[in-house]
Amino acid sequence: MTQLTTAGDAPGVRVPFDEAVTRYEPVLGLETHVELGTAAKMFCGCPTVFGAEPNSAVCPVCLGLPGSLPVINRAAIEHTIRIGLALHCSIATWCRFARKNYFYPDMPKNFQISQYDEPLCTDGWLDVEVGGRVVRVGIERVHLEEDTGKSLHVGGATGRIQGADYSLVDYNRAGIPLVEVVTKPIPGTGALAPEVARAYVTELRDLLRALGVSDVRMEQGSLRCDVNVSIAPVGSAEWGKRTETKNVNSLRSVERAVRSEIERQAGVLDAGGRVVQETRHFHEETGVTTPGRSKEEAQDYRYFPEPDLVPVAPPAAWVDQIMAALPELPAARRARLAAELGLPESDMAALRNVGALDLVAETVAAGATPEQAKNWWLSELSRVANTTGTELSALAVTPAQVARICALVESGELTNRLARQVLDGVLAGEGSPDEVVAARGLAVVTDSGVLAAAVDAAIAASPEVAGKVRAGKVAAAGALVGAVMKATGGQADAASVRELILQRLGQG
Amino acid sequence: MTAADELITMTAAQMAQAVAAGEISAAELAAAHLDRIAQTDVHVRAFLHVARETALTAARAVDRRRAAGEPLGPLAGVPLALKDVFTTADMPTTCGSKILAGWQPPYDATVTTRLRAAGVVILGKTNMDEFAMGSSTENSAFGPSRNPWDLGRVPGGSSGGSAAAVAAYQAPLGIGTDTGGSIRQPGAVCGLVGVKPTYGGSSRYGLVAFASSLDTPGPLTRTVLDAALLHEVISGHDPRDSTSLDAPVPPVVAAARAADVAGLRVGVVTELSGEGYASGVLARFGEAVELLEALGAKIAEVSCPHFDYALPAYYLIAPSECSSNLARFDGMRYGLRVGDDGTASAEEVMSLTRAAGFGPEVKRRIMLGAYALSSGYYDAYYGKAQQVRTLIARDFAAAFDQVDVLVSPTTPTTAFPIGERVDDPMAMYLADLCTIPANLAGNAAISVPCGLAPEDGLPVGLQIMAPVLADDRMYRVAAAIEAALDQRRGHPLLAEARGIAAVTGTESEAGR
Repeated sequence: MTQLTTAGDAPGVRVPFDEAVTRYEPVLGLETHVELGTAAKMFCGCPTVFGAEPNSAVCPVCLGLPGSLPVINRAAIEHTIRIGLALHCSIATWCRFARKNYFYPDMPKNFQISQYDEPLCTDGWLDVEVGGRVVRVGIERVHLEEDTGKSLHVGGATGRIQGADYSLVDYNRAGIPLVEVVTKPIPGTGALAPEVARAYVTELRDLLRALGVSDVRMEQGSLRCDVNVSIAPVGSAEWGKRTETKNVNSLRSVERAVRSEIERQAGVLDAGGRVVQETRHFHEETGVTTPGRSKEEAQDYRYFPEPDLVPVAPPAAWVDQIMAALPELPAARRARLAAELGLPESDMAALRNVGALDLVAETVAAGATPEQAKNWWLSELSRVANTTGTELSALAVTPAQVARICALVESGELTNRLARQVLDGVLAGEGSPDEVVAARGLAVVTDSGVLAAAVDAAIAASPEVAGKVRAGKVAAAGALVGAVMKATGGQADAASVRELILQRLGQG
Repeated sequence: MTAADELITMTAAQMAQAVAAGEISAAELAAAHLDRIAQTDVHVRAFLHVARETALTAARAVDRRRAAGEPLGPLAGVPLALKDVFTTADMPTTCGSKILAGWQPPYDATVTTRLRAAGVVILGKTNMDEFAMGSSTENSAFGPSRNPWDLGRVPGGSSGGSAAAVAAYQAPLGIGTDTGGSIRQPGAVCGLVGVKPTYGGSSRYGLVAFASSLDTPGPLTRTVLDAALLHEVISGHDPRDSTSLDAPVPPVVAAARAADVAGLRVGVVTELSGEGYASGVLARFGEAVELLEALGAKIAEVSCPHFDYALPAYYLIAPSECSSNLARFDGMRYGLRVGDDGTASAEEVMSLTRAAGFGPEVKRRIMLGAYALSSGYYDAYYGKAQQVRTLIARDFAAAFDQVDVLVSPTTPTTAFPIGERVDDPMAMYLADLCTIPANLAGNAAISVPCGLAPEDGLPVGLQIMAPVLADDRMYRVAAAIEAALDQRRGHPLLAEARGIAAVTGTESEAGR
């Protein structure tokens, strides 16, 4: 990379968001990079691994050694077409890769093989829902490129290349296929802009997962977002100058970055300044963006068609075949599940937010009622996931096991309280729900002899209370129930115990 | 003539036969050539690296295979000079540049692999213009090679090292690469057969790229048949090179053996003659055309009007691609690194490394190319040049509707004196005037000796161009010309090369 030019931030005091959006209209644009989950890299046979020993998954091609040549991975093309079709794009009948030329140590060839004016997929859309309102986000293009290596800058204050004592480069990531999905400008979202941005990335992530093209782990950097924001006075015919905030790597950050930029740009314009078209960096800790290199002095990438590759011309029959094999897409699936599960919209939204929709559907498919399944995944399991910092889908319990626990509660073999203990056992790796019940001895006490003895003991121990009940003060029986539950270690069914007590005391 | 001289002056086909028949061993053959290199290369400077032990080991392996009764390929045991632009896992690869001095690649180029698999014995790596940019080897960071016909003259380039080696009997076979004429032009000025196969006919994997859409590996040999044998060894589809053609290799060996032009329609390109061409070149070219007619070919004049724009288009396209291809030489991962004193930034080290590591011609072309690709100029330069390229391909297509092959002189002049053109890039570029059109269109072309220019006694080449994947056609013509001229002369042309004989004291066949 050539010497970075840092433009000092223009003057201005941040305008609180709620106020900013009353006077300024934001326009959004999102560029999302997704690492594809192909077995091999984009242009060579090296595996696409995460977290391997640095520079262990490399060869002459992805190291860009002199003389090496790229060969296109057909699976990457197929994945990209799948994404394009799911986004309602047109698929090019003929297109080429291009070289994007710039110098940076983590770029093995000092050019990136990408696509420029001939992307594989163009002109589509994706609907996202925010607060009950559907926003149709236009898709400009979906193109394919190779990822770069990863730099680790050691020493220095910022973790960036400037001021570092030395830098290490891991080329395992170099050459991993990367899809870039670029939206058209998204105007007219007003105060909803930050939420629309987040909802779009969420919807795109769900779509990519449903398509099976990527595991989309944002925390591992397999999905990275560049957020473009401009604002203009409400009613203005023209849009403002945009900034591009790079590498926003979580859903929450996407929302915060948009909000922060709207507040900052409003401050600049309020102070009579002008927004500089530039690249900015988002800081997770502070939630604000700072300037990177100025776009006005942007480098010239000297794009030209990649002469080492032949044009890509996907036959129509192949594209049709890919289209026919598309799985059910998230929006359609949500609509179908909403109808099948019959849960209220608020529950559906909650399930989607925590990523539990599929888990609930699978739990229901395994025999639970929608209500039971929803309750388990939204309350108890969400609590466990939050506490342990894992995703619901990564918990060590399957939907079928949750359904089995529901069934045990339904049949009276477990109380809710016992059921939670069974779940703990399953999560702790103690086996299936039935195995945990057996091993921990958690079944409800149904042995009538044992129960009758406990009830008699409780009555004998509290003659006063027993007397009140006999006299018709049925509510007083609660204390006796509590005593029985205590005596049975909580493994009795409270309702049955109560019934038994009332019977004994002549109130049944 | 000594026994060793008799060995090294055989053709590659004869050597392979002798090895296969057990008359000589491959090891003996390799040793004779290695001795010849030791004896003559101080004058010729064809090699950048001589791999004596590796070569002898490879030769002994062929001998063992023969002894074991295993089938041997048609060039098994024959020594070869490999241009230092192909990667070799057991020899350094420098591309004639300081920036790669001492670089040891971890892998073999496909051409290298195929040579080894065929039992061809690689003697070492030959000199070249830096990154194949030049027509004289004077742009090599390691000094120029000499023309065995006249040691004061250039052997052509960029594959001048391989050409000089073959012409000096250091090896019967040479491999070069042809981007704008870099095999045919040295072939012509050294009195050799030089072939640029159809683009994509021979793999570029492991060929360090100058201009990807033009680079083509090919043979440099003393006879047409030897070229054809080598052509077949290195050709054929390579899944590692996306631009490699998935088509059968044209039957070039059969064509070279047929050597028959009766009824063949031969077109003389109007635009590749006239002003700027040496009189001796035009004279020999004219005689060659007459000879073809006498052999039964039908001669016609064909106009390819856009060939006039080939040179300027080439000098936009090739530098554009090179500006990108050579970006990777930055001192970060391999090769030369300059200025890494612990205080310099990565960008500074890249800059210093490139400033120190590249020679002036490479820098000139990188700058030219970066300019031609830059935003705002792309359409006027790179884009326009690509349009010219299309027009040239159409000229070829129209011409091949009328004739089977096209002919022209290979170069406008014979070998020029060392130093004459180093300060005049335009004069240097003109050496490739006739050869560039075939690179731009991707079709096949060959240069075959057609005599000596009377004014300086130096070799003149006849260029024969054929359509894409019709390489066999030009071999047929080249072999016919070669046979007729050798018969008329009574000995191969190269036997008259006196430059190397004068300094080594060995008399070649012409002295007998």
